[in-house]
Amino acid sequence: MTNTLSFGRAFRLTLLSLGALIFLAPYIFMISTAGKGQSEIFTSSLSLIPTQFFYLENFAKAFGRVSMGQLLWNGVIVCGLIFVIQVIIAIPCAYAMAKLKFGAARLLMALVMLGLLVPIHATSLPLYVAFDSAALLNSYTALVAPFSISVFAIFLFLQFFRAMPDDLIHAARLDGMSELGIVMRVIVPNAWPAITAFAIFSVVAHWNDLYWPLIVVSNQAYATPPLGLLFFRAAEAGDDYGALMAATLIITLPLVAAFLLAQKRFVEGITMTGLKG
Amino acid sequence: MADMTAISLPVEKSRPIVNVSERHEARVAWMLAAPAMILIVLFILAPVVAVITLGFTDFELGYSTFKFVGFENYAELMGDRTFRQSLWNTAVYTAIVAPASILLGLGVALLIESETVGRSFFRTAYFLPVASLLVAMATVWQYLLHPTIGPVNSLLNLIGLPGPNWLGSAGTVLYSLSMIGVWQTVGFNMILFLAGLTAIPRDLYSAAEIDGAKSPIDRFFLVTLPMLGPTTVFVTTISIINAVKVFETVKTLTEGGPNKASEVLLFTIYQEGFVYLRVGYASAMTVVFLAVLVVMMFAQYRLVDRKVHY
Repeated sequence: MTNTLSFGRAFRLTLLSLGALIFLAPYIFMISTAGKGQSEIFTSSLSLIPTQFFYLENFAKAFGRVSMGQLLWNGVIVCGLIFVIQVIIAIPCAYAMAKLKFGAARLLMALVMLGLLVPIHATSLPLYVAFDSAALLNSYTALVAPFSISVFAIFLFLQFFRAMPDDLIHAARLDGMSELGIVMRVIVPNAWPAITAFAIFSVVAHWNDLYWPLIVVSNQAYATPPLGLLFFRAAEAGDDYGALMAATLIITLPLVAAFLLAQKRFVEGITMTGLKG
Repeated sequence: MADMTAISLPVEKSRPIVNVSERHEARVAWMLAAPAMILIVLFILAPVVAVITLGFTDFELGYSTFKFVGFENYAELMGDRTFRQSLWNTAVYTAIVAPASILLGLGVALLIESETVGRSFFRTAYFLPVASLLVAMATVWQYLLHPTIGPVNSLLNLIGLPGPNWLGSAGTVLYSLSMIGVWQTVGFNMILFLAGLTAIPRDLYSAAEIDGAKSPIDRFFLVTLPMLGPTTVFVTTISIINAVKVFETVKTLTEGGPNKASEVLLFTIYQEGFVYLRVGYASAMTVVFLAVLVVMMFAQYRLVDRKVHY
């Protein structure tokens, strides 16, 4: 590719830049509006730099109405627990399916394929009834338990483990390692790319999920970030968009920051999980 | 341990075990897979069976008794105006969002791939919506599309155009939601297409050029498009399925309104099941939703089998 600016290339760059501007516009306006006072929001919506900075006031309001720290903390706890449990459950299972001979492997594969078809939306009604009768609504258990099993994780790790050389495992067996020992000391250290990719997939999915938390949580103390934002919107009378934008900014920031810091991993993760899912 | 051996019994019957070490291997495999298996049964298999069963009952939360009503729920569904509207809206939303986000995703990927300057910046810009909290960004869109104080309409007024009430009028709400949907998913498709593009061997292009495909457009149809076949099938399936599952933006911005103009499948199920607590009826709806997903997946398998073998 030459560096001279041909017509075609100028056109291409203009198109890309224009598109990028449209895609980034919501972020630009979010940051801008989070710093505007009520009156300015109503009069001049197109000026990007606030004439008077209301950032402090708006952020104070955002933190005041709903406990933002609690929301983010809930998000971290729930996503962290889900991810850790999913991996602990899925890796041994995927290892058994990939490297060990046993009769139920095919049945298990069928279950995994079936599971890939079924989203939480399809199972939420009976699960809700069950959690309700067990008096488990409004708890971390209710938020985490249905996602303790990720058939997608099993599927992803299975693909990854199949590609691992058998010699590695045979050598470990000759050294007298138990199968569980092999999983923990041979498989896991070699599976970091797959684990990272799955971590990104899992955390993005559950950090953003609104459906299930909305169903099982009505108490603000257990609200995850998306649900908390809904509570905040409900508590917010009228059109206080300054405070609302401040709140959205706080809630969007953690994941966006993580993405910007670990962009390469994100893209790799999405490609790996995306193409194999 | 006791129930573990109980589960492993049928295996020993169905498969002749040759020696001790193989038998040991099977037992260890069982132990490693058992937790996952139990959880699959508990949180996927049993609930699916339950939802299909509940679909044939008049179960309502808060009432202790219920009875089987056969296909009554499904008969009611057929005459339910809200449900039909909801199916139609979901179809329209999918028919807009899936093709638009696939084509734009492909377009952006091709542009970025052939450009040397600012690659990672553009990739980040288009991908950012995927990494952002949708409920939060929907709120931002609500402000952007606000009929009187929103920047979009201010911009339209500036050039002398009347701004519609994007999310507030029945005529435009579904299109506005679709636009947000496209904005949110283009980046995801772009990343997958970019991966597909990098996997195409360079010499295929030179070979095509020697064979007479002189213009880049010829080479696109001769090499790029066929080589992207598997990626495209996958992106198409996942885009359709994700569009059918639209919920967050509807719940956050419109609650199905105005006048049911943005009522979509998952939102209707949510309303019936978790707000009105008509679990039996909502289960029947869920079965329809599941059926749609199953049909999509089978369509993908068949397409993969038939069309994209090179």
